[in-house]
Amino acid sequence: MMKIKQLGFSVGLSAALFSAPFASVASAADLTVEIENLTRSTFFTPLVVAAHPAGTSLFDLGAAASSEIQSIAEGGDISGAETLLTSIGATQDNNPAAGLLVAGDSATATLNTDGTANVLLSVAGMVLPTNDGFVALNSIEIPTDAGTYVYYAKAYDAGTEANDEMIGSGTPGEAGFPAPGPVAATLGSGGTGIGASAEGFIHIHRGVLGDTNAVGGESDIDSTLHRWLNPVAKITLTVN
Amino acid sequence: MNTKRLFRLASVVGIGFALSACSSSSDDPVVSVDTDLVFEITVTNLSANQPMSPAVVALHQDSYQAFETGASASVALEELAEGGDNSALLASLASSDQVLTEVGGAGAIAPGGSELFELSADDNALGTLSLSVLSMLVNTNDAVVAVNSQSLASMAVNETQTFYALSYDAGTEANTETADTIPGPAAAGGAREGFNATRDDIRDEISVHAGVVTQDDGLSTSVLTQADRWDHPSVLVSVVRVD
Repeated sequence: MMKIKQLGFSVGLSAALFSAPFASVASAADLTVEIENLTRSTFFTPLVVAAHPAGTSLFDLGAAASSEIQSIAEGGDISGAETLLTSIGATQDNNPAAGLLVAGDSATATLNTDGTANVLLSVAGMVLPTNDGFVALNSIEIPTDAGTYVYYAKAYDAGTEANDEMIGSGTPGEAGFPAPGPVAATLGSGGTGIGASAEGFIHIHRGVLGDTNAVGGESDIDSTLHRWLNPVAKITLTVN
Repeated sequence: MNTKRLFRLASVVGIGFALSACSSSSDDPVVSVDTDLVFEITVTNLSANQPMSPAVVALHQDSYQAFETGASASVALEELAEGGDNSALLASLASSDQVLTEVGGAGAIAPGGSELFELSADDNALGTLSLSVLSMLVNTNDAVVAVNSQSLASMAVNETQTFYALSYDAGTEANTETADTIPGPAAAGGAREGFNATRDDIRDEISVHAGVVTQDDGLSTSVLTQADRWDHPSVLVSVVRVD
């Protein structure tokens, strides 16, 4: 039971395949999904961009994160999510930015759901620097009418890691956040760490605290650079 | 005379006046202008302690945008964002072929306060009609709150739409939060500079605003306190099509 609950993607899989009313209706849409990083100086790691069947979802707010969401949120690793999405027949065009999506930039994924039952759209990627924050659009219904649709996406806290705001590890279960070169260049160091604990459930991210001490203080995050407020991304879906 | 100017006149004096002018001076070009669309637009400040500078409210075609996130701000937007001066932006709107009518606010809108605007446009414009509302949050370096080109197309008479506005960092001025660089009342005692042509923020691009750090949260050079913080959305814009 616990295991099934942890596999956020697959919770609804059986329902979608065997009982969801739309499961037998093939969708037919040629989609482009543009993701724009709206923040001042915060990075998005490689993004999952997927269309998937009715009855499936990326995560449930208030529930514990799946290991796949944890891997995205703590280290930007989308491989587990990609595998799980593939197993449920999702249409994917992941990592459209081919790496980090920097503040102010956009990346565009294309999805063709012809011949599939993939009627929902999800996007997810780590927000860096955060300990376990991720930006997401969670299972929104893909409009059937051709047109352009704009969504503003929030950052969530996966609840799997303490928000100590220290440079550390991107491995699930290990403290701190990864700091690849371009990110590290904007960070402080030598912080003593903020006293915090993992919350245990997915929720709206409260943002980062940071400090103004580049070589000490509590946080390795710079309060004048890396703070953000929701929404953090603009997602423009074009249904062709 | 260009028709846009007439629409603007109509919006300022009110449709009733425009119609009465119609009967009393038949040789005035105003009489031939059909301003069938009339909107009442209420702008309400939802912040705790951020007065809004006199707002800019405009009706325009959907192809017009006063700014784009991820791009650099125009000088007109910079003047609004840094000093609360809407005159250049109003002039820029007035000179755009895509803009139908634009109005400047009567004054600052206090936290919790609101201002009602009435704007009119030719009914032929309804198919692509869009709204923009812009104002500075004045206890900041360069924050602009904006409804940025949202569609009013196909609104029916008596229909209401509400927009919750995000605030944006214009990216034109460093967010020092000092009394010398913030024009609003929170900077009392400082130089309170408004517009400065130098662009010295971390990047010259518009982003969604991250809020202010404040002295209460560790930025020792900040004149701002916890009371000056805000979250999105900070402004509510309610639109009613009355005719």
